[in-house]
Amino acid sequence: MTFSRRKTALGLSAGVAILALTVAGCSSSDDPEPSTSATGGAMESTSPDANAEPVTLTLATFNTPGYNSIEQPDANYEYDLIQEYMDANPNVTITYDRKAESGDARTNFFAKLGPGGLADVEMVEVDWMPEVMQYSDLLADLTDPSLDGRWLDSKVADATDQDGRLIGAGTDVGPQAVCYRSSLFEEAGLASDPDGVADLLDGDWANFFDVGQKYFDATGKAFFDSTGGIWQGMINQIDPAYEDADSGDIIALDNPEVKAAYDQLTVASKDQSTHLGQWSEDWFAGMQNDAFAVMLCPPWMLGVISGSAADATDWNIANVYPNGGGNWGGSWLTVPANGANVDEAKKLADWLTAPEQQAKAFANAGTYPSQPAAYEDPLVASASNAFFNDAATGTIFADRAQAVLPSPYKGTYYFQVNTAITDALTRVDDGTDAPDASWDKAVTDINNIG
Amino acid sequence: MSTTDLDTKTETSRDLWRQRLGRWDLKASPYLYIAPFFIVFALFGIFPIIYTAVISMMDWDTIRNSGEFIGFGNFDFVLHDRKFWLALRNTFSIFLLSSIPQLLMSTFIAAMLDHHLRARTFWRMGVLVPYVVMPVAVGIIFSKLFADESGVFNQWLGMIGIDPIGWHKEVLPSHFAIATMVNFRWTGYNALILLAAMQAIPRDLYEAAAIDGAGRLRRFISVTIPQIRPTMIFVIITATIGGLQIFDEPRMFDNTGSGGADQQWLTITMYMYNTGWGQLNFGRASAIAWLLFLIIVIFSLINLWITRRFIKTDKTGGI
Repeated sequence: MTFSRRKTALGLSAGVAILALTVAGCSSSDDPEPSTSATGGAMESTSPDANAEPVTLTLATFNTPGYNSIEQPDANYEYDLIQEYMDANPNVTITYDRKAESGDARTNFFAKLGPGGLADVEMVEVDWMPEVMQYSDLLADLTDPSLDGRWLDSKVADATDQDGRLIGAGTDVGPQAVCYRSSLFEEAGLASDPDGVADLLDGDWANFFDVGQKYFDATGKAFFDSTGGIWQGMINQIDPAYEDADSGDIIALDNPEVKAAYDQLTVASKDQSTHLGQWSEDWFAGMQNDAFAVMLCPPWMLGVISGSAADATDWNIANVYPNGGGNWGGSWLTVPANGANVDEAKKLADWLTAPEQQAKAFANAGTYPSQPAAYEDPLVASASNAFFNDAATGTIFADRAQAVLPSPYKGTYYFQVNTAITDALTRVDDGTDAPDASWDKAVTDINNIG
Repeated sequence: MSTTDLDTKTETSRDLWRQRLGRWDLKASPYLYIAPFFIVFALFGIFPIIYTAVISMMDWDTIRNSGEFIGFGNFDFVLHDRKFWLALRNTFSIFLLSSIPQLLMSTFIAAMLDHHLRARTFWRMGVLVPYVVMPVAVGIIFSKLFADESGVFNQWLGMIGIDPIGWHKEVLPSHFAIATMVNFRWTGYNALILLAAMQAIPRDLYEAAAIDGAGRLRRFISVTIPQIRPTMIFVIITATIGGLQIFDEPRMFDNTGSGGADQQWLTITMYMYNTGWGQLNFGRASAIAWLLFLIIVIFSLINLWITRRFIKTDKTGGI
């Protein structure tokens, strides 16, 4: 799959996009120093008259970013960020379009990125960010000195292309902790208070699986929620994992660390995994019916658990993560360069991702800020979760976020290679194949990519 | 004199013109009336088909709207990809598992509805209700029912002492589960179509058969079945086309829509969708689309051949 971006004639739409990009590029990235102020470089490129002109901006997101109550009519958000922005900028009208799932947004994004028709501000999720980065030239550069230091380093690194253009303004992140069932830990004779569990699981993956084995030996039940979930945690700590950052070649099969992690996990999962697919019906049901005792959990997972396990009263959060830190999920706001209101759109993206607003979004919908300054905000710092026995989520996840290292390089083929390996793990889970035979199939699949 | 001459001349030429117009009208009008359909078809049918053929020969970047000609490279890849063959196997397996029981059941239901029942319209409309439910909704509901551990079906099986079946793990059970969704939705619809055909059968045929001493079953086999054959063929052909393009139900069968870790229930259209929208490889997806097109053409030709044989043996009349 070598995209020949420079080889053949560009279509009309792409040509227009590039033209728009050149214009946008001139006004922002090429002259960094003189045209900036505290409010952002975008301000300068619009004339004062244009400021007063009415503008309609479209904002497209998915899931529940926490901007406006239409995302979750039942939840009744405390803050309406959309209205707040329109009040502060009377000339701006925002049309808010929210898709139910990230997958829908992705399909829409790639269908319209070339020909045009995307919203002025488009939300992009971490899972498909590597694919978006291939087309970073079609998105406006958001680089601005006023934004320096706003986000966690890893958040900025993932949205910066090879030319140093920042194409995404980070919204939330998913620093992972360990969610566990205290009564099940107690049953197994293990420490069950959050600090005790944190001590127990403090260490590498081998330690995590040792505890898991103890749990299994004591109870005969599965320890963790799903093999796929644990793999996600392990592979995100291997750098480089699947692809070489310089050449873009697939190195997954030559990388001994990948195979070692696969072997380590398949050995452990035999006893310790529920063998359920993540997000399957049974997996959801398992949160309540004691199918497993631990689960790696980013902040947004808390809502999933409390929503699926309303009758379980012993869920808790341990401020720990095997082998360092880990991130699962998170998004950015991007501004397509061929949009009609690029400058106004950049201002909106800038405002929405400022620490104060993200703290409110967190209060609304639990989307954990990617802006360290927001961790001091009382809305975040003093947050706790009643369902998780009043766990101090604000401080726990702030600690977890600091432990997250910049995520390993993810190139164009990341998703396909990862699917091949998670499929292999699922086959072992299902008993379709033995670990080695299943790996061989994955090898065939991975060799077939490209 | 000269004026009358001129008049007759114009008259005859006008007549001639009118005649010609009339003849032209007679000949061309039907074509004109069906033209809108074909113009729309050319725009939205033929053009995409040709465009897809072009793209299938290219390494296509749909976002930049550009590509590089690579000949039959995409076809070569797809035909050598084991997933393609697995998808083909699954598609045909699900197709057979859905259309055969469906046809038998809908014929039976139609025959039952053809009797004098109380509240006839209620029953007849009742069988159509599942058809009103969206396929995606059917998919979601049934995948809950077929969940491997918490699903109702496995719990029922457990009550009668049968081990739970791996609906989402094994090949045939997954096909059976998906075929069940298809059958749930389409059986009633097909039953209504077959019922309409049964209603059109002259009642004196049944009377004659009854006088000759034919029992109920005999009348059904020797009168009803031959009489509804043309409709049956229509139902079979639409089921074929629909069955080979099955997408919604297997797509909704699990949460990822990838067709299973071992491609247990990956169908051709899912394989195409995942290649196109999953991997953003539209050149290869176009090649799959064309292969699917060819498969459907071949299958339809086989159907046509069977159809013709069917009608030849049908001496009581045909299409």
